[in-house]
Amino acid sequence: MMPLLAPPLAAINWHSVLFLLFAAAACSCAVAVVLADNVVRMAFYLVLSLAATAGLFFLAGAEFVGAMQLMIYVGGTLVLLVFGVMLTAQAPFVSIKTSAGDRVLAGMVGAALLAVLLQAAFRVESWRRPALAAEPAPTATPIGMALLGVRVDAPADGTPPDAVRSGYLLPFEIVSVHLLVVLVGAAYLARAKRRRTPRSIDVAASTVVPDAAAGAWERPGAAGVRR
Amino acid sequence: MADLLINKLIKEIGLSSWLVLPDWLAWTITAVVTAGLVLNVIAGGALVFIWAERKIAARIQDRLGPTRTGGRFGWLQSLADGIKLLAKEDLMPEGADGMLFRLAPYVSFCASFCAFIALPFAFDFVGQRLNVGVFFVVAVLGLEVFGVILAGYASASKWSLFGAMREAAQVVSYEVPLGMCVVVPVMLAGSMDLVTIAEKQAGWFTSWYLFHDPFTFVIFWVYVTCAVASVNRAPFDLAEAESELVAGFHTEYSGLRWSFFFMAEYGSMFLVSALAAVLFLGGWNGPVPLAALLGLSEGTGDTAHYLVRLVGCGNLLLKATLGVLLMMWIRWTLPRLRIDQVMTTCLKYCTPIAAAMFAGVMAWQLAFPGGVVRSFGRPAGEIREGWLQGPGGAFRSEAVPRPRPAAARVVPLPGADGIAAGMGVGGTVGSSTRPLPAEVQARLEDLP
Amino acid sequence: MNGICLAASHGVGVPLLAGLLSAPVSVAHYLVVGAVLFTAGVVCMALKRNALGVLMGIELVLNGANVNFVAFSSPYLQGSGAASLGLDGQVIALFVILLAAAEAAVALAITLNFYNNHATVDIDRAEDLKG
Repeated sequence: MMPLLAPPLAAINWHSVLFLLFAAAACSCAVAVVLADNVVRMAFYLVLSLAATAGLFFLAGAEFVGAMQLMIYVGGTLVLLVFGVMLTAQAPFVSIKTSAGDRVLAGMVGAALLAVLLQAAFRVESWRRPALAAEPAPTATPIGMALLGVRVDAPADGTPPDAVRSGYLLPFEIVSVHLLVVLVGAAYLARAKRRRTPRSIDVAASTVVPDAAAGAWERPGAAGVRR
Repeated sequence: MADLLINKLIKEIGLSSWLVLPDWLAWTITAVVTAGLVLNVIAGGALVFIWAERKIAARIQDRLGPTRTGGRFGWLQSLADGIKLLAKEDLMPEGADGMLFRLAPYVSFCASFCAFIALPFAFDFVGQRLNVGVFFVVAVLGLEVFGVILAGYASASKWSLFGAMREAAQVVSYEVPLGMCVVVPVMLAGSMDLVTIAEKQAGWFTSWYLFHDPFTFVIFWVYVTCAVASVNRAPFDLAEAESELVAGFHTEYSGLRWSFFFMAEYGSMFLVSALAAVLFLGGWNGPVPLAALLGLSEGTGDTAHYLVRLVGCGNLLLKATLGVLLMMWIRWTLPRLRIDQVMTTCLKYCTPIAAAMFAGVMAWQLAFPGGVVRSFGRPAGEIREGWLQGPGGAFRSEAVPRPRPAAARVVPLPGADGIAAGMGVGGTVGSSTRPLPAEVQARLEDLP
Repeated sequence: MNGICLAASHGVGVPLLAGLLSAPVSVAHYLVVGAVLFTAGVVCMALKRNALGVLMGIELVLNGANVNFVAFSSPYLQGSGAASLGLDGQVIALFVILLAAAEAAVALAITLNFYNNHATVDIDRAEDLKG
């Protein structure tokens, strides 16, 4: 640490330090999701990655979006995902491996994509210039009003002065109905299915004590299509 | 804010200027001290609550409880428990996933600890004053369930897995009515900022949101129910009940790892009680506005302001402790609910009642925008924080001085003109103490 | 991160780290994080045979895009002469989060259905419609 602090106490920009911390956590956990074999560990790394992303949102001044990310994404979607993982885990540590050739190919494609994106990120001059942010304006009220259809925020830099800025009332209502449809649809799709006249193989299977990990469904191997 | 205080104190004591700390170092010290204080609230609180739980449980069950360790009342029982836990053997089941088993208690504890960042203990005694404070606290509270699920899965035991799944289902289901209950004070205050919500309840106890209207009164009790279910306390503690699942998700945990789960649980209990105090019970404002009665105003001086805030902090801690004691009382009085009864309570009772009361509060706000029961001597729509500024504005939360409105800007609700004539105009919009930029205010006032 | 790789190859090491720790952050830093998340998601979608692994890849992709949106709407761009998204970026990120939650719910329902019928979540076993 000494070279970092000499000559006399170098000013540490905590914003940059925290950004590096969260960015390193998000990126390393995302890579760990790809590299892990056990699906429960993959889910855990994904949780850490998304939580670090929420931290990045807070640092960028998007407090409302950060809180939404924590509540909906991490606290809702990922809990759902982990439940799904628990319900479909077939062995204590389930791992289905891909072949080596597929992995090499995917790695090459990934590396090429990353190179293209990084090159694009550093291309525009104005994106590399750090702007001194005065304390960012609170965004909860402007977002709330925008979702009601009224734009009360100051126009962003570079907006032509006669531009019409629309509110987001219609997308808000559409998304509300969309979520209702998804709720009903997912509940219907994942319901427990009961056959009207049980087949003999189902009667035999129903005497088997269901596995804890398979949840409350009928023993799936007996009722499903055999390979 | 506190980092400015450090430098200000150094200057006032009269030390030479070379001792003035660079900004980043002052910030670091402030952050470490704040984190240490919050950690002490959780850990010290856990010590006290463990002792209190055993004594309360004993008295309710007509016996004495700990009477030997450290004197007649067993004061040192918590310390003895702590030493015992530290000295226990560190076990891990054979089929357990090592990394997840070790990490799970810390995930739970981190979620509980992080929520304290946004919780204000007095005006400006807050770790980080977030504009979306309420939202952040409720979001982080919901992340505790990950520690539970991971612990249940990683223990490689069917009791743990069952307990973890039930507990996760319960916590996630109760987030819905909890969110609706929490939105009501946000609606009444016009802001998600916890400091603003508590500031709006300044004055006599009649200005607390609990007594604002009958719908809010009912919502408070629904909040208590949902909060008790959220932290998995009896009568909703099926997931960790000894008579049901051995010990649920923490069956395989012993010693220090187990104690982390319990610090997380007591921390969460304290947090939801403190949140109830801030949202419904006036936060750090006592039932009688002593500061205003004693005539403390802008010119009184920094020390008086600091003492007022310390008293306020004590107020909030007292209310939160009373909430925790209430939870303990409920635990040892009511029988445990079955899991289907738990889910029925959430989906068939708490959620519809919360939704109906939410609609009722909305209607009440439209009908009586200025409030029917107002605090004495203060018009309804004003934020009182203006008088807390010391000379030179040392108690601002920002480093850059901003122009402050004398009273909060008020925007009349549509159709409220006739009612608004006699009373204070109802509700302020966007009333965080970081005032909205001038053009935003102008646009808000342009609304029809 | 790109700068780190280039500089490390020239043996500049520690003073560069000190520079990174004290230099302010710009939008390009956020874009790098977004790119890494996006690429990890795409590789995850391509590589994993577990249906839930593919779903996790989708979540990573959406998050990478969200990071980009929030970066372009952040105050880092104000005052530098570039066009900023302003509040629009944050609202778009909000809608992406909502829709990702909806899509994850439906995808999980489909996966559970598949598991009930085939006793596995290996997507290579989804060959019933193969000609």
